[in-house]
Amino acid sequence: MYQYDQYDQAMVDARVAEFRDQCERRLKGELSEDQFKPLRLMNGLYLQLHAYMLRVAIPYGTLSAKQMRMLGHIGRKYDRDYGHFTTRQNIQYNWIKLEDAPDILADLATVEMHAIQTSGNCIRNISSDQFAGAAADEIADPRPWAELLRQWSSFHPEFSYLPRKFKIAVIASEEDRAAMRLHDIGIQLVHNDAGELGAKFYVGGGMGRTPMIAPEIRDFVPADELIHYAEACLRVYNRYGRRDNKYKARIKILVHELGKDEYTRQVEEEFAHMKTLGLNPPVAELERISTYFADPDFDQNAPDDLDMSDPDFRIWVEQNTHAHKQSGYAIATISLKPTGGIPGDASSDQIDLMADLAEQYSFDELRVTHSQNIVLPHVKKADLYALWQKLDAAGLAPANLDLVSDMIACPGLDYCSLANARSIPLAQKISERFADVKRQQDLGELKLKISGCINACGHHHAGHIGILGVDKKGFENYQLSLGGSGAEDTSLAKITGPGFDEDGIVDAVETVTNLYLKTREDGERFIDTYRRIGMAPFKEALYG
Amino acid sequence: MKIVTGNDLKTGDVIWWSGGETWSRHLGDAIDAGDEAEAVAAREEAAMRVNVPYIVPCEQSDQGPMPLHIKDRVRAFGPTVRADLAINTNIPIVKG
Repeated sequence: MYQYDQYDQAMVDARVAEFRDQCERRLKGELSEDQFKPLRLMNGLYLQLHAYMLRVAIPYGTLSAKQMRMLGHIGRKYDRDYGHFTTRQNIQYNWIKLEDAPDILADLATVEMHAIQTSGNCIRNISSDQFAGAAADEIADPRPWAELLRQWSSFHPEFSYLPRKFKIAVIASEEDRAAMRLHDIGIQLVHNDAGELGAKFYVGGGMGRTPMIAPEIRDFVPADELIHYAEACLRVYNRYGRRDNKYKARIKILVHELGKDEYTRQVEEEFAHMKTLGLNPPVAELERISTYFADPDFDQNAPDDLDMSDPDFRIWVEQNTHAHKQSGYAIATISLKPTGGIPGDASSDQIDLMADLAEQYSFDELRVTHSQNIVLPHVKKADLYALWQKLDAAGLAPANLDLVSDMIACPGLDYCSLANARSIPLAQKISERFADVKRQQDLGELKLKISGCINACGHHHAGHIGILGVDKKGFENYQLSLGGSGAEDTSLAKITGPGFDEDGIVDAVETVTNLYLKTREDGERFIDTYRRIGMAPFKEALYG
Repeated sequence: MKIVTGNDLKTGDVIWWSGGETWSRHLGDAIDAGDEAEAVAAREEAAMRVNVPYIVPCEQSDQGPMPLHIKDRVRAFGPTVRADLAINTNIPIVKG
C-alpha cells in the first residue's frame, strides 16, 4: 500500500483547513450558495435529493484495514450507519450535515484519505483492476502506475478546469476487469516485442448519453514516457474540447469529431514537443512508489488443497474466488448483492468486519470493485473456509459473483437528484425473482446493469442486459438493452424496443433469459448467444 | 397548488415552507404559497432559512399536499427502499 509522504499529507491537511474555513463562511452567510457550490464540489460534497452527499476517493480501489475501518466510523458517527460503494471504486455517504463535513475530511486525512477531485471538471479518481498485485494473469502490478497518475493529476493546475470531468483506468491483464475502454483514457500495460514494459493507450471512451468505446491510439508508449503521453492526450483535449455545450464536452466527442487519426496526430505532435521539456517524472519516483506495492510476505509453502465437502462453501468458492499468482492463495470477492438488498451498500458493522477480516486473512488489504463489491486480494486457501463462515454469519457471503443478481445499480431516484427513475427497487425485485443460486449458476455469467438516468452511472450501456430508467409523462419507465460488455470484448448494448413499467421490466428480464436458455449452444454465455442470434428473436419474445 | 421546498443549510434536511418564517421537515405541514411562491422562496433564501429553494406543483390529497412529480414525493418521504430511513411510510410514493 502506498503511504503518504510529507507533501501528500501537507496537501490534504491544508485542504481540510481551507474547506473548514469555507464551510464556516457559508454557515455565517458570508458566502452565497452560488459562491460556495464550486468549493464544496471540489471537496466531493454534493447536495442530493435528501441531504448533502459526500463522495470519498478510494484511489484505484485499494484500502488498508485501517482506512476501511475509518469508512465504517464515518458511516456510524456522521451518517446513518452505512455507506454506498460506487461504480468508480469510491464510497458515498448520503446523509451528511454541512456542519460535520470539515470534521469528516479531517478524520479521513488521519488515514491518508480525502474527497478531493471526486467532483468537478478535473481528473477524477484513477481506477484500476481490483485484482491488481494478485491476479495470476497480470504482466505487472498496475497500481504503481495508477499512483503515479494520481500524484500527477492531483491539483494539476493545467487540468483543474477541463471542459468536462475526466476518468482514467489502468489495467495490466488481457482480461479487462475495470471497463477500461469505457474511460476517457484507458491504459493497458503491455510488453513490446523486445520484452520491455510500456502501455497501450485507448482514448475517448465513455458512457453517459453518448456512449463510445475508446479507440486505441498508440500500441506502445515506453513506461518512462507514460505521464508525458497522458499529458499530451489531456493537452489536446483541454485546448479543443468543447466548453460551449456540456453534452458535447467530453473527450469522446472530440475524438469522434476530429477522427481518431487526426486526434492521434495532434497528440503525437504534442508528445514530441513535451519530450523536449523533460517534465516526465524521474524513474526514481516510480521506483520509490513501486516499493510500496511489493508483494506481501506470502507463505511459499501454503497448501493448494481445499476441503470443499460443505456444499454451500463449494458454491461460494466456485463463484466468488479467483486464481492468485501465488500458489496456495486465492482472491476472494465479497458480494454486496444479497437477495433483496441494495447493491453496493454496507452497514458500518459490515465495513468493520471486512476490515477485521482483511487484517486477519489478507495482509491488511481490501479492494473496491467497479461492480460495487469488495475484494480480499490475498487469502490463503487454507483460510477460505473460516473466512466464508464469518462472512456468511454477517450476510456477506452471497455466492453470486458475475451472476444475474450481481447487478450494478446506481442510487437512482431514491437518492440522486439527477435521476428520472428508481434503480434500486428493480435490482431488489430482480434478485428476488432469481434468488435460487442454482438457477443463477445455470444462467451463467450475466452482467445486468441498471441506471436511473441517461448519465449511465449504473453502466447500463455495458450490460449484457442493461436497464435505463426514464421519465415518461411523470411515470417511471424502463428501457431494456441487450448486448453490452465492459470487459475485454467491449460492446455497447442496443435498446430492444418500447419500455416497460416496474413489474414489466422484471418480467422482461426473465423473458430474455428464458430465450437464452432455450437457444444457447454449449459453453455460450448470454452475451455469446445474443451475439450469435442477434436482437430479432429477443424482440419477438418480448413484443410478439 | 404551489408549495415551496429546499434544504436546511446546516443539516441538508429536506424542508417545506409552512408559513411566515417557519419551515418543517414534514410535507404535511406545507401550505399553499400560491402566487407568492417565488417571493417566498427569494425572501427565505435571502434570510438563510432555506438553501436552494424551489417551487413544487402539487395537489391536495387526503393526506395533505401531494407533489405531482415522483421526485418530490421521494424527497418528501425518503428513500423507498429503506423503511427505516423513510419519513412517513404510510403514504404511497408511486401513484398507480
